[in-house]
Amino acid sequence: MLRLRRLLVTLVLLAAVGFGGFYVLTDPRVVSPPPEIGTLPAPDLDNGKLLFAAGGCASCHATPNQDDKLRLGGGLTLASEFGTFHAPNISPHTRDGIGNWGVKDFVDAMATGVSPSGQHYYPAFPYTSYRLMPPKALADLFAYIRTLAPVEGRAAGHDLRFPFNIRRVVGGWKLLFFEGAAFKPDPARSEAWNRGAYLVNGPGHCAECHSSRNALGAIIQATRFAGGPNPTGDGRVPNITQHPDALGKWSKEEIAELLKTGFTPSFDSVGGEMAAVVRNIAQLPEADRLAMAEYLKSLPAVPGPAK
Amino acid sequence: MIRTAFVAAVLGVGVFGIGLTAVVAQSDPTTERRNTMKGVGAATRDGAAIAKGEVPFDAAKAQAVFKVYADASKKMPGLFPDSAKTGGDTTASPKIWEDQAGFKAAFAKFETDAAAGAAVADVGGFRTAFGNVTKNCGTCHETYRIKK
Repeated sequence: MLRLRRLLVTLVLLAAVGFGGFYVLTDPRVVSPPPEIGTLPAPDLDNGKLLFAAGGCASCHATPNQDDKLRLGGGLTLASEFGTFHAPNISPHTRDGIGNWGVKDFVDAMATGVSPSGQHYYPAFPYTSYRLMPPKALADLFAYIRTLAPVEGRAAGHDLRFPFNIRRVVGGWKLLFFEGAAFKPDPARSEAWNRGAYLVNGPGHCAECHSSRNALGAIIQATRFAGGPNPTGDGRVPNITQHPDALGKWSKEEIAELLKTGFTPSFDSVGGEMAAVVRNIAQLPEADRLAMAEYLKSLPAVPGPAK
Repeated sequence: MIRTAFVAAVLGVGVFGIGLTAVVAQSDPTTERRNTMKGVGAATRDGAAIAKGEVPFDAAKAQAVFKVYADASKKMPGLFPDSAKTGGDTTASPKIWEDQAGFKAAFAKFETDAAAGAAVADVGGFRTAFGNVTKNCGTCHETYRIKK
């Protein structure tokens, strides 16, 4: 009897420690604000517009079934094995969008995946890539979004299955898979390569679709950029490493051409989500597309996951 | 008697054979639509060379490009029967059958834009018409094709 009681007490204590540990470890801490946030220069709206295109923000956040890609009312559904995500309203509407946010709120969201009310965002919102953008770039992007039309109405909440419907779980996910640092240029590489690496891995978030993921939905780094099953629909996403069956035989110019017109060297035209990506990347200067191509040409040849 | 039966048999086999060939030719729309799109890709290669100035503008060559597009836009919508939804490594999206009206409208627009190119007389006009008509590639693939 005494032994049983001791066992029970031990179990309760362990549970408390476990819960407390979970609570502390999954706390939505924000690594920011970075010290420079108060001293940023006046925002560069042109750079913000460029980053808005590079980031493909409208591809998820524009209100579906209407033509104006700058109406960021949200509502697009993203089906996944964890449940259905609904892209939120990020228009500058004060009640339903991000009209009440300050720069710090935006930087926290984009660089650490934490909302102004201190909750974790799900990594369906690719802050895992966007975090590479330095505070200055994020402030430019934020200022640009604030020039767009406020759109009324909130999107539906996410519809996820247990345990993914508990946002705290994302805290554990971040401990395992999330790195919070901004992009650091490699001084041994050219300026164009560094620009390309930044655009591809940061705002462009190319690896988010062009990589396969583990059971917890994190990118498998060994096959980063090697393609895999389409996370949001039918078919597969192509391998964009230098594997001979991927981009190994493409020239830098051919990759830049695809990013501008959507045509492959054999004059096939890319479809699916990539069609919208091309419309966005086509708005960047040619030098940026060539920089992205230069970076992609430097990737190792990695075979894609088996079909 | 035997001879009649023999002739009838030969004729029968012959007719059956012809019928079979016809069936085979028509029963593989997946191959046919793939070949049609390969032709469209080849025409686009020719057109891009003219638009970029790699090949001098020539009205006959330019019209050949638009003719391939016009022919394909008429032929393609009929190559997606219910029997060819899957198989043959097709990259056709299920959305084709979920939204037949939208799918056919996409080809109707492609046909209209291709027709607008038939009268181009110089490289400037070609670039405009070619640019417009080839926008259809991406918009149609965006919805109705999947990558495998």
